Amino acid sequence: MSQPNTYRAGPDERGLFGLYGGRFVAETLMPLILAVERAYDQARNDPGFARELNYYLEHYVGRPSPLYFAERLTRNWGGAKIYLKREDLNHTGAHKINNTMGQILLARRMGKRRIIAETGAGQHGVATATVCALFDIPCVVYMGAVDIERQQPNVFRMKLLGAEVRAVTSGTATLKDAMNEALRDWVANVDDTYYLIGTVAGPHPYPAMVRDFQCVIGEEVRAQMQRAEGRLPDTLMACVGGGSNAIGLFYPFLDEASVKMIGVEAAGEGIETGRHAASINGGAPGVLHGNRTYLLQDGDGQIIDTHSISAGLDYPGIGPEHAWLHDNQRIDYVAVRDDEALDAFQLLTRLEGIIPALESAHAIAEAGKRAPRLAADHLLVVNLSGRGDKDIYAVAKRLGVTL
Amino acid sequence: MSRIADRFAVLKREGRAALVPYLTCGDPDAATFAKLLSGLPQAGADLIEIGMPFSDPMADGPSIQAAGSRALRAGMTLEKTLAIVRDFRARDAATPVVLMGYYNPIYRYGATPFLANAKTAGVDGLIIVDLPPEHDDELCLPARDAGIDFIRLATPTTDDKRLPTVLANISGFLYYVAITGITGTRSAASDSVAKAVARLKHHTDLPIAVGFGIKTPDQAAKVARVADAVVVGSALVDRLAANLDEHGHAKPGLIEAVLADVAALAKGVRAAR
Repeated sequence: MSQPNTYRAGPDERGLFGLYGGRFVAETLMPLILAVERAYDQARNDPGFARELNYYLEHYVGRPSPLYFAERLTRNWGGAKIYLKREDLNHTGAHKINNTMGQILLARRMGKRRIIAETGAGQHGVATATVCALFDIPCVVYMGAVDIERQQPNVFRMKLLGAEVRAVTSGTATLKDAMNEALRDWVANVDDTYYLIGTVAGPHPYPAMVRDFQCVIGEEVRAQMQRAEGRLPDTLMACVGGGSNAIGLFYPFLDEASVKMIGVEAAGEGIETGRHAASINGGAPGVLHGNRTYLLQDGDGQIIDTHSISAGLDYPGIGPEHAWLHDNQRIDYVAVRDDEALDAFQLLTRLEGIIPALESAHAIAEAGKRAPRLAADHLLVVNLSGRGDKDIYAVAKRLGVTL
Repeated sequence: MSRIADRFAVLKREGRAALVPYLTCGDPDAATFAKLLSGLPQAGADLIEIGMPFSDPMADGPSIQAAGSRALRAGMTLEKTLAIVRDFRARDAATPVVLMGYYNPIYRYGATPFLANAKTAGVDGLIIVDLPPEHDDELCLPARDAGIDFIRLATPTTDDKRLPTVLANISGFLYYVAITGITGTRSAASDSVAKAVARLKHHTDLPIAVGFGIKTPDQAAKVARVADAVVVGSALVDRLAANLDEHGHAKPGLIEAVLADVAALAKGVRAAR
């Protein structure tokens, strides 16, 4: 495959990143998708929109988030210099609110009076319920019944924030089914409803729009690293479920040839066991939820069950831009098992006093595999995409502790 | 002329609308479904719509979601769906068969081999819910080249500006979804259906089929007065589901019960004008 002049030109006018992406939705939704695209095009070319978004990112979300030099972690691994991008310090405790803030302002501009969203771990649901509370817009969050069971604190948070959480029992009762149900809701409520998608997936323009809202992560890292070290980082690392925190960190650096990037998928109990959620490492191209991308599916094209200790990575697909960047070999996609993520979760907590989200712990685990072999002046940035308070019940259960 | 065009030409001469029953292939199991399918023309089906089961049917309501799950659990695949159509076609050369479903199983199978095998099996038309005109190069244009009608859904959100895009490249008929929503939920008011069909007729000479939310012979008759075809799906699937035992297996009388509903609907449609 020949290398493109830039990795930052996509998607094209049909919403395609090479083979991936697109707008594979029912006709009922097409006019809505096209309206979202038009509204977003106007908004991103309007300095007033950027001003409004930046105001809320600074004063409400708490940006910029720190780029923290993890000295004890660095010493522990005895190699590369480890920096953590502290998205866990954002309001609501994860990177998700960068996107929900952008989209809620767009929905307001479009005059929408009702918000729907899907959520897996509950982080996107909480981030959506939060901005809906802030702007006084009714909010319905679809969540798989299995996820509701393992993410009780976030379910309660959403309810406190005034959102209605609807349990989804169809299919495998996880994130993909929540997304199906949100799409069904949208088809039935086209007039007043805005679908606030939480990751870089779904029909065009969502993958590009969510990426743009998350790019604040990488842009800040570039400036912060310049101040700290006077140069670009050498390696960037982030966990990948749908892939919004990863693309937000990576995208501003895609055309910097010296910067290596690694996306970390969830290997669950191991790719070879079939119980995992690693779409690129264990899947094949297919079409689901409005876009073509790598999917976990059987030989008949039926989507198969996924497994990960982390509800936020428990999804059978990945954002289409990641699929394209994988095929172009610009980014390496690796996979980390549940037990490795659990070890990294405890390591970071003990060494740095930071409890990471189980999602982010996958990236920490991969950093731990590579850092010891890298030189002391190698600058490795790990995106700490969320904090782990929501996970303490799941972790306690795995460690055999009764709370 | 295609089998679909032939059938609509005959119906036009008879001065009546078509009844198009929908069932999900392999629901509740392959053998029961095949028997059901073979009884449909005799019961009054003018065209037959067969659902290709998919794990993630985004445009379907609970009834057809459950039908797809039952079929997949019982081992239905795209390959077996084509085999069932082939067997049907060997015994019925006239009744058009339209496959309806989602793109991923076909994409995984490969569009080119799928179209070749579907044509050989005797499939006349395709309705692929998640393939809008923006992606016509994927399957719509190759289907046309292979001699299979590509049928598209128009909805209440398809305005006059978008309609020409929806109509481009399609043949067979246009499927008007009478509600904004998923299958088997609410019903449309018949005067709004009449208005919508009139609007569509202004843009196309293709026959207009109307579906989503039509459950009873009376509702079917009302739609048959203004449209060229009436599609009934969830109501038949519900009848089928009501004749399953606690393990999801067919109880005696299932086939007769569903065919009796089809006959009642056909009577309604035939008496409409």
